[in-house]
Amino acid sequence: MPVTYEASFAKALFGAEPALPPGIDAHSAAAPARRFAIYRNNVMASLAAALARRYPVIERLVGGEFFGAMARQFVIKHPPRSPLLAQYGEAFADFITGFKPARELPYLADVARLEAARTRAYHAEDAVPLGADSFAALDAEALGDIRLLLHPSAAILRSPFPVVTIWAMNSGELEPQPIETGHGEDALVVRPHLDVEIRALPPGGATFLQSLADGLPLRDAIAAALADHTGFDLTGNLAGLIGSGVARAILSPAAAVAEKSDMAIP
Amino acid sequence: MSIAACLPASAGVGFKPEHGAAILAAAQPIGFFEVHAENYMGAGGPPHAQLTALRERYALSVHGVGLSIGSTGPLHRAHLTRLRQLCDRYAPASFSEHLAWSSHDGVYFNDLLPLPYTEATLARVADHVDQVQTALGRRMLLENPSTYLDFTESTIAEVDFLAEISRRTGCGLLLDINNVFVSATNHGTSALDYLDRFPLDRVFEIHLGGHDADTDDVGEPVLIDSHRVAVADEVWALYRQVIARTGALPTLIEWDNDVPDWPTLRAEAGAAQRILSGAAPESAA
Repeated sequence: MPVTYEASFAKALFGAEPALPPGIDAHSAAAPARRFAIYRNNVMASLAAALARRYPVIERLVGGEFFGAMARQFVIKHPPRSPLLAQYGEAFADFITGFKPARELPYLADVARLEAARTRAYHAEDAVPLGADSFAALDAEALGDIRLLLHPSAAILRSPFPVVTIWAMNSGELEPQPIETGHGEDALVVRPHLDVEIRALPPGGATFLQSLADGLPLRDAIAAALADHTGFDLTGNLAGLIGSGVARAILSPAAAVAEKSDMAIP
Repeated sequence: MSIAACLPASAGVGFKPEHGAAILAAAQPIGFFEVHAENYMGAGGPPHAQLTALRERYALSVHGVGLSIGSTGPLHRAHLTRLRQLCDRYAPASFSEHLAWSSHDGVYFNDLLPLPYTEATLARVADHVDQVQTALGRRMLLENPSTYLDFTESTIAEVDFLAEISRRTGCGLLLDINNVFVSATNHGTSALDYLDRFPLDRVFEIHLGGHDADTDDVGEPVLIDSHRVAVADEVWALYRQVIARTGALPTLIEWDNDVPDWPTLRAEAGAAQRILSGAAPESAA
């Protein structure tokens, strides 16, 4: 099959300059290549802008010029495969890890993971979170046996860097000030209603929530969290579990579900 | 095929989320709002909450930018399904897309790229429009593009190409007058001639947007369809001439980049509405 106008046009959009696919004409005496360059520029600028919309804190951390150069390299290596640009750039964090000019900022990739999780939560399925009353109504003896369904927007991110603090100081959530980068932070990203909330989890909290997300009963999730961190504070983590809206429904035991299902599952 | 739903023949505005609160705070003198389909294909969240609130109060136009109807390859079935679900959910008065391609071999370029106008591309685009109308169960509108270059293999004028697509498929046309002006300037042709030959009886919506003016290496003007400034005076003049011939038509102000505050955008729609209000109420084309 002969190469179509579309295939050569598409190839030249991301190809090395000067690029002009065959069969192109322009009214002006100015080289058609200059007209073709308008499309090249539009495509690259719009895709870099799409990445900047998804990763505004990364852009702020490295500056617009650096971000633009990094975005162009990413676009050529990982062009979008779907017109849903809100999902574009899932591979950006891994790309940053391997992007040599960014090595001086070792936390950058994890901040990108946090921003990616934030937009996933923004567009995630809506669901009414479990309220405190649903937990209060549970029989204390059955509490250890309950399994929870987490909110569809929920994501847990573990990092050896203080990603939540870095994110908050560069997104307007917190006043910027010098921070120690020597400690890690685990993040919970969840959108119980319309606003995405990002919070740092207490010690063991990530293991606790991840265990629940994996379907373990509360008793085993607590044990896993304690094994992960002896300073795991059960009271504080339970309060966080209830207050953050990260729980969507109680899956079991059956008695608890039967009692609460009309409230738990919209 | 349902053609019952119809946009009001008044001025509308491309909806921007940053205007949501201002728009919903009070009744607006706006005939309809238009949204880009691809911005509302997530599962949930604020976009759907906002669009639901908007749809309860205003007529809606869904405008696709990612279907790649002009592609040499087959239409993206999953994307067609998403469009169908979006139209089913929000029951818009109109669905429109572009005479352009934006995907090739699985890569999405996020731009409205040009195609040559030949018997072969005509047959393929008509086939794609048929598929869209079948999948959505409604008539669609096809928009004329803004272009920066030509293809040597083109044998059909763009107006004739669009007219024939409409004749073969029954689709309506979306006439973007800024695109007409941008393309005519870039190709050294006459926007008036283009509009004289355009099948205005097939037009069910008009777009008015802003462009950036530049010059190329030899001093020839080049206009960029940027949608980041107000509608140009020349485009308003062409619009008045079209409306004088057609009567009032649904007219959208497009301002997608460097988006101004809501009062500025509302005033731009007001300027279009004054022209529409001075026109005959029924299409006389």
